[in-house]
Amino acid sequence: MAVVTGAPRNVLETNRVIAPGQTAGMIDDDVNTPVLVGPQRTPTWWWIGFGISLGLLGLYLVSIVHLVTTGVGIFGNNQPVSWAMPIINFVWWIGIGHAGTLISAALLLFRQPWRTSINRFAEAMTIFAVACAGLYPILHLGRPWVFYWLMPYPNTHGMFPNFRSALTWDVFAISTYASVSILFWFIGLIPDLATLRDAAKSRFQKLIYGALALGWNGSAKAWQRYTRAYLLLAALSFPLVLSVHSTIAMDFAISQVPGWNNTVMPPYFVAGAVFAGFAMVLLIAIPLRRAFGFEHLITMRHLDNGAKLMLATGMIVVYGYVVEIFYAWYSGVEFEVFMAYNRVLGADHGWAFWALILCNLVAIQPLWFRRVRQTPWALFVISIFVSIGMWLERFVIIVVSLTKDFLPSSWGGYTPTFWDWALYAGSFGLFGTLFLIFLRLLPAIATTEMKELAHHDAHHGPDAYEAIREAYYRGEVRA
Amino acid sequence: MTTAAAAAPGLYGVIAEYDTPEQVLAAAEGARKAGYTRMDAYTPHPVEGMDDALGLAPTNLGFVVLAMGLFGAAAGYFMQWYSASVFYPLNIGGRPLHDWPTYVVITFEVSVLLAAFTAGLFMLARSGLPRPYHPVFNTPGFERATRDGYYLCIEAVDPRFEEGGVTAFLEGTGPVSVQQVAS
Repeated sequence: MAVVTGAPRNVLETNRVIAPGQTAGMIDDDVNTPVLVGPQRTPTWWWIGFGISLGLLGLYLVSIVHLVTTGVGIFGNNQPVSWAMPIINFVWWIGIGHAGTLISAALLLFRQPWRTSINRFAEAMTIFAVACAGLYPILHLGRPWVFYWLMPYPNTHGMFPNFRSALTWDVFAISTYASVSILFWFIGLIPDLATLRDAAKSRFQKLIYGALALGWNGSAKAWQRYTRAYLLLAALSFPLVLSVHSTIAMDFAISQVPGWNNTVMPPYFVAGAVFAGFAMVLLIAIPLRRAFGFEHLITMRHLDNGAKLMLATGMIVVYGYVVEIFYAWYSGVEFEVFMAYNRVLGADHGWAFWALILCNLVAIQPLWFRRVRQTPWALFVISIFVSIGMWLERFVIIVVSLTKDFLPSSWGGYTPTFWDWALYAGSFGLFGTLFLIFLRLLPAIATTEMKELAHHDAHHGPDAYEAIREAYYRGEVRA
Repeated sequence: MTTAAAAAPGLYGVIAEYDTPEQVLAAAEGARKAGYTRMDAYTPHPVEGMDDALGLAPTNLGFVVLAMGLFGAAAGYFMQWYSASVFYPLNIGGRPLHDWPTYVVITFEVSVLLAAFTAGLFMLARSGLPRPYHPVFNTPGFERATRDGYYLCIEAVDPRFEEGGVTAFLEGTGPVSVQQVAS
């Protein structure tokens, strides 16, 4: 991969949240230079990635046109498997989004300094993943052009959506999540956009970034309101992100389908979302820090901590698998018992369960070792396993439960079609295109927050930030 | 862009530039103690303690957000209750028409939506943003204010403003430079 910035390539890998000796100007130059350089200096890896993404985006658009003109019959969905690939992919994408919000909101509230260099691109990842996710239920509707019937508005039908349905809750949860995520991201970006405006060389760049920065000048009064608003947004986003995947879990838990009607679903879905999301954060962070030469900003500490969270949430998810089987036995309901048997040992989809165990339980065990957590390529490989594993989890939950539920006469099978796979591959094109445009036009790292961190780091000793945080928890320092 | 005349009508204020947040914090503290009230600091990142140093009143953003959150909750609940039990009563599985547990999720979501947008937009509006022009941008080299420069501006509207005195005061706080800002 080509190097864009003049950042030193021989940066010492560090276990601190920021490499020592960073100044505000250095951070600005490292992060903003690749954004501000002219199109002719766009790195080769970017063009390659963008080309592939655009190709897949084309496939996505073709699939959507075929879907809308032909109907959902182009998918493998059938009776009894009416949810199938679109919903698997929907839950998979939205789960990925959760890590971004968790990093930016929860880690801010818990005063984790390692949040700072990874929050911005993780938030972008969230928004684009939610965009990919949100299109699935709409495309899956059959008549996607009347999707707005899901929203409550005065209409000539004289009807409202059924607010007792978890599917309606979903509409509110996801649309709120998408809007609040975009707002949180944009508010966080304003001071960085002002930095870009002031660093820009060409008049065009000054105009665009200046307009987006809304005239931010960094006045003390503005900072006072800004930090309060940002904290409030974080405090609101944290329960929001937990509610979104809980609501999606309730789509399942409220039904009577064996394997779905289960109280463990909401927390287990949330843990799974964070698990998959951190895998995606690592899948992005590892090539990103290398391509941009950000090793001194996204350090080993970030990879290590991300891996630890992946391990912790992964083990919660595995606990969920155990509890599901226990529930099936403990319920004494023969359909539940049969579902558990069919899920684990069934001839048609038993392989999916064992592949899932391989990806989500076995593959993450090396993360107990620091050596593995601090080896980028190993983390990358494990993250790929996790991403596949979390897709398989939704496949197991949706397809295995639906194919053989109650009456054997109503059992069925399920095979995804070409268009199922095309739409899924295409959604990567949408994600990749949006993400690469983001990387090219906006700073991937929150420079303003990094400057604050670098200042703390330089003036209060290497681990002073942690020391301050600990003192805060001991009650010695007020916020 | 700077004017030479003392307290000229076209003068927005006098601005001092510093290299570190500690310096601008100390200068702001000193300016407040010297009796200046109409001033502002411009920094690339929030500086801890600046609110107290400048004597800024605390923001009431939290209360506004709380109020809008509660309004959102009430509105969300009302929408569901009114539509599902009054306007078009729906009997779903024999459940009571006013079954509040099924309203919890949407009530929460509408509450968060209104509270979050209030936090973001109210913050911008109270700070006068978007604002394409601000006199402080007339300061030569003000690009540093979003990079690594820390500024303190004492404005001409300050009752104790007197150009020579203010300039002398700011010169005494160890700045990199002191400049006049045209309005």
